[in-house]
Amino acid sequence: MVSIVKQPHPRERRLIFKNIDRPGWANDIQTYLADGGYADLKKALGMKPQEIVGEMKTSQLRGRGGAGFSCGMKWGFIRPDEKKPVYLICNADESEPGTFKDRYIIHQDPHQLIEGMVISCFAVNARLAYIYIRGEFPEGARILERALAEAKEQGFLGKNILGSGFDLEIYVHRGAGAYICGEETGLIESLEGKRPYPRIKPPYFPAVLGLYMSPTIVNNVETLCNAKHIVRMGGAEFAKIGKPNNTGTRILCVSGDVQRPGYYEFEVGSLTMGELLNDICGGPKPGRKFKAVIPGGSSAKVLRADEKFKIKTKQPDGSMVDKEIAFSDIVMDFDSLAAVGSMAGSGGVIVMDDSRDVVWALNNINEFYAHESCGQCTPCREGSLWMKKITDRLAGGLGVEQDPKTLKSVADNIAGRTICAFGEACAWPVQSFLDKFPAEFAAAAKHHLPENARTAADVLAPDRAGALHS
Amino acid sequence: MSAHAEEVPALPPIPADLEAKIDEVITHYPVSKRSAVLPLLHLLQEHFGFLGAGTEDWVARKLELQPINVYEVITFYPMFRRKPAGKHHIRVCRTLSCALGGGYKLMEQMCALGRIDRSHVSHHDPIAVSADGRFSVEFVECLASCGTAPVCMVNDDFYEGVGTEAAAKDLLGKYEA
Ligand SMILES: Cc1cc2nc3c(=O)[nH]c(=O)nc-3n(C[C@H](O)[C@H](O)[C@H](O)COP(=O)(O)O)c2cc1C
Ligand code: SF4
Ligand code: FES
Repeated sequence: MVSIVKQPHPRERRLIFKNIDRPGWANDIQTYLADGGYADLKKALGMKPQEIVGEMKTSQLRGRGGAGFSCGMKWGFIRPDEKKPVYLICNADESEPGTFKDRYIIHQDPHQLIEGMVISCFAVNARLAYIYIRGEFPEGARILERALAEAKEQGFLGKNILGSGFDLEIYVHRGAGAYICGEETGLIESLEGKRPYPRIKPPYFPAVLGLYMSPTIVNNVETLCNAKHIVRMGGAEFAKIGKPNNTGTRILCVSGDVQRPGYYEFEVGSLTMGELLNDICGGPKPGRKFKAVIPGGSSAKVLRADEKFKIKTKQPDGSMVDKEIAFSDIVMDFDSLAAVGSMAGSGGVIVMDDSRDVVWALNNINEFYAHESCGQCTPCREGSLWMKKITDRLAGGLGVEQDPKTLKSVADNIAGRTICAFGEACAWPVQSFLDKFPAEFAAAAKHHLPENARTAADVLAPDRAGALHS
Repeated sequence: MSAHAEEVPALPPIPADLEAKIDEVITHYPVSKRSAVLPLLHLLQEHFGFLGAGTEDWVARKLELQPINVYEVITFYPMFRRKPAGKHHIRVCRTLSCALGGGYKLMEQMCALGRIDRSHVSHHDPIAVSADGRFSVEFVECLASCGTAPVCMVNDDFYEGVGTEAAAKDLLGKYEA
């Protein structure tokens, strides 16, 4: 399936992607076992579940699905003496635009994920788990099903796993083309056989009231793979990779206008935006300059390549000072990207060069969100469509003077007023594009809207205005 | 349903081997049979090509639900369809990274090569089928392979880096038969 096989860059540290594009590697269990596979599961089964949760906490691992929530803390919400059944769900919906990492783990290294999942289930005492995989990965679903059958045959799944007394079943559950199924409570509704309408939090935190109203752990594919490495290395050793509060490795997915797009795995915070885009990805296309970069999936706020940022940095004596840094000096970790007003999100870095029209780009993003809003909350359902309609006419040269202001007001009235974080996800691109590229939006919004006009159509088709008013 | 809605062909009788598969899948959901709605719809669509009239009643009976519980699921999820697609169904990624890499151009090429008119498509009717029924096309959102844009799927097969007309032609050639 992978046509573009390439060697890892020397600056990469391949932990989760160790076996991706590895010469001689295959995704069957024999290959995995010959490479020492499932040894970490054996080690985990010799530990107490609470010890594993403790190691996860020590590791400071943060979730790789987008929100960056502490994994150990999430697992800690499950009480060891919980009376209800506990479930675990692997979020393999991978649908945040710009993100392409779980795909490769599923296709090329399914046993790493399964081993990570069995360990995770043992730690939180889940006896039933599902892999929720997006519907557009039919081959991935078949690969996982075969891998699960292989694991069961070897005694790594099913009843009394490796004689430990621990029972576990894992099933693959396919989605059917809806982005909102990636949101963890929408995913749970979907897995219950319903429309994937996200649930309101509180009270429906999955770890408290999740699948079938029981405590449920939902983690991203990459997060669950990490569990295996944390058990092997120990939490303290793992925490030495990367930086405090930004531990481990991160798979960055670079797409758009660079010479060498692709996936790269680094110690978190071990390189800057400039190093990533220029040294690793080969810089802009010939004769071009970088213009705009979305650093963490399409929901993350866009950054300008010629921008300077003021960030607070800690001095050796503990005091904080303001420091000005250039775009290329932004460190690729959770905290630094948050400090410049965006987020590390899902790790999807989308790059646009100076040949691109940002109004067109935002319109493309808006169309995505207008299509994917689940429709439960009025601000999101209506607002995402309004924003798309406005950028559609701006991109088509039919924008009116009021459009940028209207766009901003619509976006401002979605964020913070909805059931799930999709509201922010669709508002942030609009707010940030307008904020960072005001001149381009103003230039696209040049049609004058007369005082007495009731709709934009009055301006755009004045001959038919009478018909509209009558 | 509007008065103009085309007649949806009925769901044919379910063959025994398909029903056996369906019964097996239901066992994956020991806590609630209702969870099996999506997998059952996938199995039926894979087998028959689309979800014929009466699908909601059949699935509802099987899972002890009301037909509306199934109907609301069919109408929400973009992958389910109520009428036949082409013999080979093409899904082209529409989202930003692919659009930067020529995703819209790829859609145009697919339409030209497959002789498909997309002028009528809308949110509720996203699929366009060629007159001879051989190919159909549909725009879909980010397929999680943005680094190899533009990408598409033909049936269950995934293709990346389909950035030239020659590549598109080559690809469709595999499905001419
Ligand atoms: C609109 C929306 C879409 C999301 N899509 C995904 C997704 O495709 N994959 C994913 O792992 N997490 C996704 N998330 C995040 C999940 O809700 C959840 O935070 C995550 O699965 C938790 O796992 P983690 O802690 O391991 O990151 C999405 C969130 C939102 C609000
Ligand atoms: S914010 Fe949007 S996607 Fe989320 S529940 Fe509300 S309508 Fe649905
Ligand atoms: S944008 Fe096409 S695969 Fe992501």
